[in-house]
Amino acid sequence: MTRTRKNARRLAADAGLLATAAAFALPLVWVVLSSLDPRADLRVKAPDGLTFGNFDAILTQDITFTPLLNSLILCGGATLLTVVCAALAAYPLSRFRSRLNRPFLLTILFATSLPITAIMVPVYALFVQVDLIDTMQGTIFFFAASQLPFAIWLMKNFMDGVPKELEEAAWTDGANSLQSLVRIVLPLMGPGVSVVTVFSFVMMWGNFFVPFMLLLTPDQMPASVSINEFFGNRGMVAYGQLAAFSIVYSTPVILLYVLIARRLGGGFALGGAVKG
Amino acid sequence: MNSRPLARPLTRSLTRALPVTPALVLLLLFLAGPIAYCAYIAFTDLQLTGQAESSFVGFDNFRTAFQDEEFLNAVWLTLVFTVVSSLIGQNTLGLALASLMQRASKPIRTLTGGIVITAWVLPEVVAGFLLYAFFRKEGTLNAILDWLHLPSQNWLFTLPILAVSFANVWRGTAFSMLVYSAALNEIPKEITEAAEVDGAGGWRRMWHITLPMIRRSIGTNLMLNTLQTLSVFGLIWVMTRGGPGDKSQTLPLFMYEQAFQNSMIGYGTAVALLLLLVGSLFSVVYMRLLRTEA
Repeated sequence: MTRTRKNARRLAADAGLLATAAAFALPLVWVVLSSLDPRADLRVKAPDGLTFGNFDAILTQDITFTPLLNSLILCGGATLLTVVCAALAAYPLSRFRSRLNRPFLLTILFATSLPITAIMVPVYALFVQVDLIDTMQGTIFFFAASQLPFAIWLMKNFMDGVPKELEEAAWTDGANSLQSLVRIVLPLMGPGVSVVTVFSFVMMWGNFFVPFMLLLTPDQMPASVSINEFFGNRGMVAYGQLAAFSIVYSTPVILLYVLIARRLGGGFALGGAVKG
Repeated sequence: MNSRPLARPLTRSLTRALPVTPALVLLLLFLAGPIAYCAYIAFTDLQLTGQAESSFVGFDNFRTAFQDEEFLNAVWLTLVFTVVSSLIGQNTLGLALASLMQRASKPIRTLTGGIVITAWVLPEVVAGFLLYAFFRKEGTLNAILDWLHLPSQNWLFTLPILAVSFANVWRGTAFSMLVYSAALNEIPKEITEAAEVDGAGGWRRMWHITLPMIRRSIGTNLMLNTLQTLSVFGLIWVMTRGGPGDKSQTLPLFMYEQAFQNSMIGYGTAVALLLLLVGSLFSVVYMRLLRTEA
C-alpha cells in the first residue's frame, strides 16, 4: 500500500514539474523556432519551412562580430582583473590572522548585496569629470570593482578549504607568499577558481546597464547594448533575425554554465556557495 | 633587531597585507568613490548640461521627491514589482519546485531543472525580448488564451507591471530553486519519515517540519531575491521602457529618466541614494541572518 502511495506521489510530483517546465519552456521554444523560420512572428508556431537565412543575415561584421568582440574584450578583461585581484586579496584573508580581517570581510559582504544599479548615475557623472566616460578601460575597471566583493567572498571561502599544512612545507623551503599562492594553493582550488571566473564572466556578459551608461560610441558597444539597438531599429519587423541574434549572443554563457555545472556536480554548488 | 621590537611585526603584517592592495585600490576608486560622490551630488542641483554651476541645495531634492507624484508612483510600482515577483513569485515557486524535485523521477527532475536554469543564465536583454514576444498582443500567451477560448488582451498595455513581474519570476526562480534544493537535501530523511509514520499529512509536514528547518535559507533567499529585484533595469527597459506612460516605471527607471531625459543628475542621484539606503538596510539584515547561521 505504501508503495502505491509512493508511486502516486511521484506521479503527482512529475506532473507538477512537467507543467511548470512546459510553461517555462514556451519563450525558449519561441526563440529556437523563430530563428529557423523564414516568416517568424511573435507566437510559438511550427516554422514555415526551415532556413538558416536569419543567421546568415545577422552574421556580419557590424551586427554580430564587432559587438561580440567588444563583449569579449570588456568581460574578458574585467574577469581577468577580478579573478587576479580576488585571488591576491583572498590569500592573506584566508591564511593570516589579523584584527583587520573581520571588519574587512564584513564590509565586503555588505558590498556584495548593494544594488549597483543605484550608483550608475553618479558613476556616469564621475566618469565625465575624470575623462573615463566612453572608454573601454574605464568600463573594465568599473565592472571589475562591482564584481570584486562577491569574487573575494567566494574565493576566500574556497581557499579556506585548502589545508594550510601543504604550504608549510613550501615555506620551509623558502617560498614566499606569492609563490605558494600560485604554485600550491590555486592549483588545489581549481574548481573554486573556475567557479569565480565563470560566474564573473557570465554576470558581465549579460549586464546591460553598465555598458549602456558608460559607453557612448556605437562601435565600442558590447552585444548586450547593440542587440537592444538592433531590436529598436529592425527587430520590430525582423523577428527571425532578432531570435537568431539572441541565440548567438546567449550560447557562450550557456555553454560556460554547463561546463561548471558538470564540474561541480549538478549546478547546486552555486546555490550553496551563495549561501556563504 | 632588539632595539626595534615593534618594527618587525609591523613590517611583517604590512608585507602580508600587500596582496590586498590591488583589490583595495579598485574598490576604493570605483565603488566607494562613486558611493561617496552619490551622497554628495544628491544634495546638489547638478544638471547634465552646465556642469560648472551646480550648487548645494540641502534636502531640496528629497523634499521634491516626496511631493512628486511620479516618484511616489515609482515607489509604489517598485513595491508591487518586488512583492509580486520576488517575495511571492520566485520564492514560492522556487520552494514548490525544489520540494517537488525531492519526490519526482530523475529524468523529469533534470529536464525541469535544465529549463528553469536556462531561463536564469540567459542575458537580461535576451530574457527581455523573449518575454516581450510572449506577452505582446500577437504573442504566445494570447495564442494560448484564444485556443482555450479565454479573453485575450494586450498585456504590455493593460497590465505592464504584472507582465514585467512575471518576466522577473521567469528569469529569477532558478536561484530560489537551487538554494531550496540545497537546503531540503540537508534535512535528514529520518525526521520526515518519522512524521509520516505519525500520520502527518503533506501540508502539515511542510508547515511544522520542513519550513522551520529551512527558515535560515528562506531568510537568506528572500534577502538576496529582494536586493536583486530592486535593481532590475534591463528587463523592464527592453519590455516596456517603463511605459506605457509611467505604468511600469520602477525606481531604477525613474532615476534614469530624471537624470538623463530630464537632465537632472542631482535629483536622479537623490533617488539613487534612497535606493542605495533601502538596499543597505536589506544588506545589514542579510548579514545578521548569515551570522546567526554560522
